[in-house]
Amino acid sequence: MTVLPDARALPDGAPPKGFLSPTNQRRWENFKANRRGYWSLWLFLVLFGLSLCAEFVANDRPVIASYKGEILFPVLVNYPEEKFGGFLAETDYKSDFIRDEIEANGWMIWPPIRYSYRTVNSNIPHSAPTKPFWLMSQEERCSGYPLGQDDPGCILGNFNWLGTDDQARDVLARVIYGFRISVLFGLALTIASAIVGVSAGAVQGYFGGWTDLLMQRFIEIWSSMPVLYILLIISAILPPGFWILLSIMLLFSWVGFVGVVRAEFLRARNFEYVRAARALGVGNGTIMVRHLLPNAMVATLTFLPFILSGSITTLTSLDFLGFGMPPGSPSLGELIAQGKQNLQAPWLGITAFVIMSLMLSLLIFVGEATRDAFDPRKTFR
Amino acid sequence: MQDQTANDRKAGPILKVEDLSVAFHQGGKTSIAVDHVSFEIGRGEVVALVGESGSGKSVTANSVLRLLPYPAASHPSGAVHFNGRDLMKAPEAELRQVRGNDITMIFQEPMTSLNPLHSIERQIGEILELHQNIKGPAARERTLELLNQVGIREPEKRLAAYPHELSGGQRQRVMIAMALANRPELLIADEPTTALDVTVQAQILELLKKLKDEHGMSMLFITHDLGIVRKFADRVCVMTKGKIVESGPVEAIFTDPQHEYTRHLLASEPRGRPLPADDTRPVIMEADDVRVWFPIKAGFMRKVVDHVKAVDGIDLRLRAGQTLGVVGESGSGKTTLGLALTRLIASKGRIAFIGKDIAGYSFQEMRPLRNRMQIVFQDPYGSLSPRMSVADIVGEGLAVHEPALSADERDRRVAAALEETGLDAATRWRYPHEFSGGQRQRIAIARAMVLKPEFVMLDEPTSALDMSVQAQVVDLLRDLQARHNLAYLFISHDLKVVRALANEIIVMRAGKVVEKGPAERIIEAPEMPYTKALMAAAFDLAAVKSDVIRQ
Repeated sequence: MTVLPDARALPDGAPPKGFLSPTNQRRWENFKANRRGYWSLWLFLVLFGLSLCAEFVANDRPVIASYKGEILFPVLVNYPEEKFGGFLAETDYKSDFIRDEIEANGWMIWPPIRYSYRTVNSNIPHSAPTKPFWLMSQEERCSGYPLGQDDPGCILGNFNWLGTDDQARDVLARVIYGFRISVLFGLALTIASAIVGVSAGAVQGYFGGWTDLLMQRFIEIWSSMPVLYILLIISAILPPGFWILLSIMLLFSWVGFVGVVRAEFLRARNFEYVRAARALGVGNGTIMVRHLLPNAMVATLTFLPFILSGSITTLTSLDFLGFGMPPGSPSLGELIAQGKQNLQAPWLGITAFVIMSLMLSLLIFVGEATRDAFDPRKTFR
Repeated sequence: MQDQTANDRKAGPILKVEDLSVAFHQGGKTSIAVDHVSFEIGRGEVVALVGESGSGKSVTANSVLRLLPYPAASHPSGAVHFNGRDLMKAPEAELRQVRGNDITMIFQEPMTSLNPLHSIERQIGEILELHQNIKGPAARERTLELLNQVGIREPEKRLAAYPHELSGGQRQRVMIAMALANRPELLIADEPTTALDVTVQAQILELLKKLKDEHGMSMLFITHDLGIVRKFADRVCVMTKGKIVESGPVEAIFTDPQHEYTRHLLASEPRGRPLPADDTRPVIMEADDVRVWFPIKAGFMRKVVDHVKAVDGIDLRLRAGQTLGVVGESGSGKTTLGLALTRLIASKGRIAFIGKDIAGYSFQEMRPLRNRMQIVFQDPYGSLSPRMSVADIVGEGLAVHEPALSADERDRRVAAALEETGLDAATRWRYPHEFSGGQRQRIAIARAMVLKPEFVMLDEPTSALDMSVQAQVVDLLRDLQARHNLAYLFISHDLKVVRALANEIIVMRAGKVVEKGPAERIIEAPEMPYTKALMAAAFDLAAVKSDVIRQ
C-alpha cells in the first residue's frame, strides 16, 4: 500500500501546477528521445515561422522608410505614388525614380530579398528563366541594368538567389510564399477534417446500432466516389481559390478519421469507467468528451501529421495539373510544372523537388516520432 | 528426500534454485523483481510459492525455463540446477529440449494460452511431434489417451474443437493434457485455477493431484490462495517483494508461522459477520419477476429465433442497512441482474426503488435517482478513467447531481469521502495508476459514497484484489454500511467474502434462482445439490461428483 513518489503531488492539497499531465509528460519525453523527430519538429517550426513572416523576408517594398522626416511602413501600408511625386496608384519602390527620390530625402530598409512572389524582375540579363546569380559573372549579372556594373540597382538584395521562373519572377520568393500557403492549406484541411471526422466517428462508435450502420453505409458510398474527378469537375465550374479548394477537399478527407475514432469509441464505450460514469448519471455528451475522446485522441494525433503531408501533396498535384490555386499565386505545384516545361532551366525543377521533399520528410519524421511517443509499449533506452 | 519415481536417476532434489535474482530494465531504470531467492523441489514433491501480486512469484517460475523477455530482463546472480544441469548456463537449443519435455508449464489464463486458430488435436499433436516425433494415427491415439486422463468427456468429439468452443475448465484441462504429453518430471503451475469458478477449481485441483500421484511428478505451484496451498502442497515458500521470507513444510508454516509477513498473510482471510438482519427497516429495492432476455437472431431477415435468458424471473427484496448476496458461477447472470436493477440495461418485470416503480423510467427520468443508487465495479484498474485525477473522478458525480456546489465545497466533499474510505485526501491530485489495487478500489468506493447513496451494487468488488486487501475492503464496506445505513446488493463468486457481509443469499444458475434464504442457513445447511456442491468447492476445495456441476 505504498504510493509511488511523485514530483507533482503537493502536500498541502492544492492542485498541482503544470500544463501537462504525467502521461503527457512521459509522451513528451519519449518524443524528445527520438532525436530525428525532435530536430525535424524544430526545423519545421523555424521554416514555418519564417514563411509566416514572408512579407518581411521577401518583398518588393521596403520594411521601413524615412521620407522627408516621416517614418513610413510600406510593407504594411499602401502609399500612393503621389506621396513621392509620381502618378501611379501604388508605389513601385524598385523604380529608379522613386528610389532616388526617397534616398535623396531619407532612407529605406529593404527585406533581404527585394522581390515578392509576383514581382517581375525587369532587369534580367537575358530572356527568362534566368540562372541563379552565383552561376553568372558580375558582368553578366549586371548586364540587364541600364548602367551595367555601375548601376546602383545591381546589388545583392536585387539578385535572384535561385534564379527566376519563365515569367522573370524570383524563385526563392515564390518558394517562401508557396511553402507558407501549402502548410497553411494542409493545416486548415487537417484540422477541419479532424473536427468533422472525429465527431462523426465518435457519434457512430458511441451510439452504435442503427446510427452506426446507416452512417457506415453512407461513408462507404461517399468514399467510393472518384475524388480527383469530382475535384476537376467542380474546379472547372467554380472559380479556383484557397477556400473553395479547401471545402471541396474537406468533403472527402474527413472520412479518413472516422474508422480509427469509431473503433476506439466502440472499444471504450464498454469500459467499466464509462459504465461507472453512466451509473453516476453523467450525460452522453460529457461521457463522450471527457471519458472517450482522450482515448480516441491518441489514434487521431498519430494520424494527423500523415494527413497533413497528404493534404499538401494533393494541393501540389492539383496545382501541377493547373486545377489548383488561381493563376499567379505562389505554389510549389506550379513551380514543378514550370520545371517540367523548362528543362533547360534545371534550377526550377531541382528547387521544387528539394523543397517538397524537405517539407514532406520533416512532417513524416515528426509524425513517426509522435506515433512512437504515443505508443505505451515502446521504450527508449 | 524420498524417492517416489521409478525413473529416478540421481538422488537429491530435482530442481535446485540457488541465489536467483531477476532485474528488469526500463527507461534507463533498473528494478529488482526477484532478490537472491533459493529453494529446492524434491522428487514427487509439491512446492508452493505463495505471495501477493507483484511479489515476484511468476517471475521466479518463468526464469526457471528462462522464459522472461530478455534482454529487458536479466539475471545478476543465480543458478538453476535441474537434474544436476545448470539451466542458466545451458545453450538455447538445449533449453528447448527441456521446455515442454522435462519441465512443462500451465498458465493462469487458459483462453490466451491456447492458440485460438488450432484445433485441440493439432494443439496437443504439435508437442508430441516436436519432442517424441509421434505423428498420424499414433499421435491421435495418444492425444485421446491424454484427454481421457484429464477427464474430458467424450474426447473423440472434442478433437476437432477449437478453444472458444470449450469452457474455461475444459480449456485448462487441455492445457494440462499438453503439459503431461511428454511425461514431464516437473510441472510448473502458475495460478492454474485463479481464472476459474470455484466448482471448476476444485475439479482441476483434484485432477492435478491424481495425475501427480499417477506419474510421480514434482510440482512447483504458484498461487496467492492459502486454502489451495494447505490442501495441496507439501512445502511452502512465502514470497514478498522479491524475497523468500519463510519456507518449510505446510503444517509448520500454517500452525507456527515465524515471519511477520506470513502471519499477516494467514490472518488476512475475510473475517467478521454481517450486521444483524432487521425486518422492520424500510424496503429500498424490490424486484418482481425481473427478466433480461437477449434475442438470438438468425436467417436473412434477422428473425428472432430464441433468447439467451441471462436473467429469468428473479424476485428480491432488500432493506436499508442489509446486504443481499448474489452468488453463482460466471455466466449465471449475477452482474446482468445488478445492471438491470440499476437500470443500465433494459429488462422486463417490476423494479421498485424507494417506493417508485422505475422499470419504465428513461435515462433522463433516472438521472435524479442516480445519486441514490451507486455501483462499485469488479476491476479497480478498469473502472477509473486513467486520464482523470482522483479528485476529478470522485467529484464527477457531484458535478452532475449537485451543480449548485461551489468548487471549494465540492473539493471538501471529495476530500471527506476519500478520508472516510481510508485514503489520504492530499493524494487526490494524483492519477489512478499511482495507486495500488486496494487503494483504487477505495477510490471507486469513495466515488460511490460521495453522493450519499441508499443502495449500492457491489459487483465482485474484491475479486481482483489480493487476499489481505480483500479483508480490508470487506471491513471498510461493513463499516460504511453501519454508518450510513446502506443497502448492498453484493455480487460475488467468492463465498468467503459473501459470508462476511451478506444477510441473505440468492444462489443463481443460468439466470434462475436455485436457492434463496438467510445467509447462515444457505452456507451451513444448503438444500439443493447445486448449492451443496458450490459450498463444498468454496470452503473445502472438494469436487463433488454430480451432474449439476459443469466441467
